[in-house]
Amino acid sequence: MLSFILRRLAIAIPTLFVIVTISFFLMRVAPGGPFDLEQPLEAKVMENLRRIYQLDRPLHQQYLTYLAALIRGDFGPSFYFRDFSIAELFAQGLPVSMRLGASALALALLIGAPLGVLAAFRQNEHADHAVMGFATAGITIPNFVVAPVLQIVFGLMLAWLPVGGWNGGAVRNTILPIVTLALPQIAVIARMTRAAMIETLRANHIRTLRAQGLSGVTVALHALRGAALPVVSYLGPAAAALLTGSVVVESIFAIPGIGRYFVEGALNRDYTLVMGTVVVVAIFVLIFNLVVDVVYALLDPRVRLE
Amino acid sequence: MSEITLAPLPVAGRSLWQDARIRLMRNRAAVVSLIVLALMTLACLIGPLMTGHPHDRVYQDYVRVPASIDSYPKAEAIPAAVQRIASRVRAIASDIAVSQDGVRLTLTSQRPIDQRLLVYFDRSDQFGTPKILANEEDGRRLSLDVPIKRQRFWFGTDANGRDLLTRTLIAGRVSLAIGLLATGVALVIGVSYGATAGYLGGRVDMLMMRIVDVLYSLPFIFFVILLVVFFGRNFILMFLAVGAIEWLDMARIVRGQTLSIKRQEYVLAAEALGVTTGGILRRHVVPNTLGPVIIYVTLLVPKIILLESFLSFLGLGVQEPMTSWGVLISDGARSIQGAPWMLIFPATFLVTTLFALNFLGDGLRDALDPRDR
Repeated sequence: MLSFILRRLAIAIPTLFVIVTISFFLMRVAPGGPFDLEQPLEAKVMENLRRIYQLDRPLHQQYLTYLAALIRGDFGPSFYFRDFSIAELFAQGLPVSMRLGASALALALLIGAPLGVLAAFRQNEHADHAVMGFATAGITIPNFVVAPVLQIVFGLMLAWLPVGGWNGGAVRNTILPIVTLALPQIAVIARMTRAAMIETLRANHIRTLRAQGLSGVTVALHALRGAALPVVSYLGPAAAALLTGSVVVESIFAIPGIGRYFVEGALNRDYTLVMGTVVVVAIFVLIFNLVVDVVYALLDPRVRLE
Repeated sequence: MSEITLAPLPVAGRSLWQDARIRLMRNRAAVVSLIVLALMTLACLIGPLMTGHPHDRVYQDYVRVPASIDSYPKAEAIPAAVQRIASRVRAIASDIAVSQDGVRLTLTSQRPIDQRLLVYFDRSDQFGTPKILANEEDGRRLSLDVPIKRQRFWFGTDANGRDLLTRTLIAGRVSLAIGLLATGVALVIGVSYGATAGYLGGRVDMLMMRIVDVLYSLPFIFFVILLVVFFGRNFILMFLAVGAIEWLDMARIVRGQTLSIKRQEYVLAAEALGVTTGGILRRHVVPNTLGPVIIYVTLLVPKIILLESFLSFLGLGVQEPMTSWGVLISDGARSIQGAPWMLIFPATFLVTTLFALNFLGDGLRDALDPRDR
């Protein structure tokens, strides 16, 4: 197990290197630069700025400089948010996004999995249709529709919760964003759990359990272990996406997370910010894929980690 | 003499596709979805021609009017509208009598009324060319018969006074076209890449799938924003490119299928007969992967429509005066308090389409899944 994890981490480094290289050059090929304003800067000012940020050097040299800094763990200064380094921006934003994402994921699992199990046990009955209808709605209604509706209903009409803002992370402020983030995940998890559960319930070992006259709950717990496999492999990428923040939710609820950095960074050609986000997201994806494989092996003894 | 009995005719076998069609037609949700999708497409294609409003026509007098089955202008709003125009003509309107298709009124003023100013009636969206019935007191008192221009805004109008029904239908054209276009590109790339990787196998397969893995770990939105930067406002090109990104899942699915298909005896036979690799791929491999591919396509179309909406929400999508469901919804979300119809109608259209596509995908999965027989 340990050697498997170590080997996977060793493979992750070249993958990360390829990702960094591709994004670095793609970003630089894009037209425009970080200091292009509506009114062009004076040539001399521009020249000085480019020299300070070392943009006047040949591209391959910049690339090597960036790689060297990255290996030391230095993401460099932000081009757009002046006076901030990328590390500082992430130190502020990442905990916020991760807290929202983790809560949403936990909520989605707590609600979605039981709903899916319920639907599987009551296949083709009213409860099943209700759950599947809800799940389809959760997948199809975009979160930028859900968010304003929640704001209107709970923020303005009922006036129970604040409409937006972070307020130092007060619990009241996090409820609406977490629900918005969780809804589509609840839907997907419920659907996948139902499908996997229906398949597992037909398996021989479950038939044996039933034949032995065990209660429904015991059967469900045994079936859940097999049914969890596809859900776990979905949760890996989903967790990576949730923990690194959502542009839509963070901009609608005015939350200082890192989700919006990506869009802002790319639109303003903030090279270091975009690169930093790419690296962080890629690390999350790689880590969670590894976690998924390990959990997979723990759940299913047929899977051998080689 | 022995009797010759005719052997009973063999029962005609049903192909996978006939079988799938029968099973699909038995699934009520899938059939309803098919009908809904057909109606939606038809409405978006010919609907904008029948609403009587161009999608970019601005009605300045009807900004953000609520959805209504009755025609505009409303009878109770006419006197105020007449007074507004009268004050621009520098006269006072009196004796306003509203009938079904016209208004009779009298304009009085201190000085003779400049009849050229009556063009203000024409210019408004509510009235036609006024007819002068009587001209008294040297032109200080005019009796007019002004025809009313009736307009219907079944879905209301947007913040610029454009008919929302027409815009929703036009937006549907754009959203559906983008969904199909990008899915088509993803289909072509994904199927050919996956089939090639799976069929060739070995080193080539490992290398090709390694590339897919790397592309997977790249944040998707990074690509999309770069594409927006490159292609700017040309959304057709952009969505060709989005399709060129969305093929990764398709390639994996097709590769998995191909791995099992290539061990079949008919492929072996084709190889023995000397059919070229390309020929085997086209004739034997690709057609047999279509089942899962079709299912994935019905789920990819809504995914791309949602993606386009998401981009439009960020302001990176389709540009004015063209529109898409995503643009309309993000406009609507912004004015949800004052004008809820601006969110409700486009969102209903979008969600209905996505619902139908999802149910159709589920139905196809049930119909094509051979394990379920």
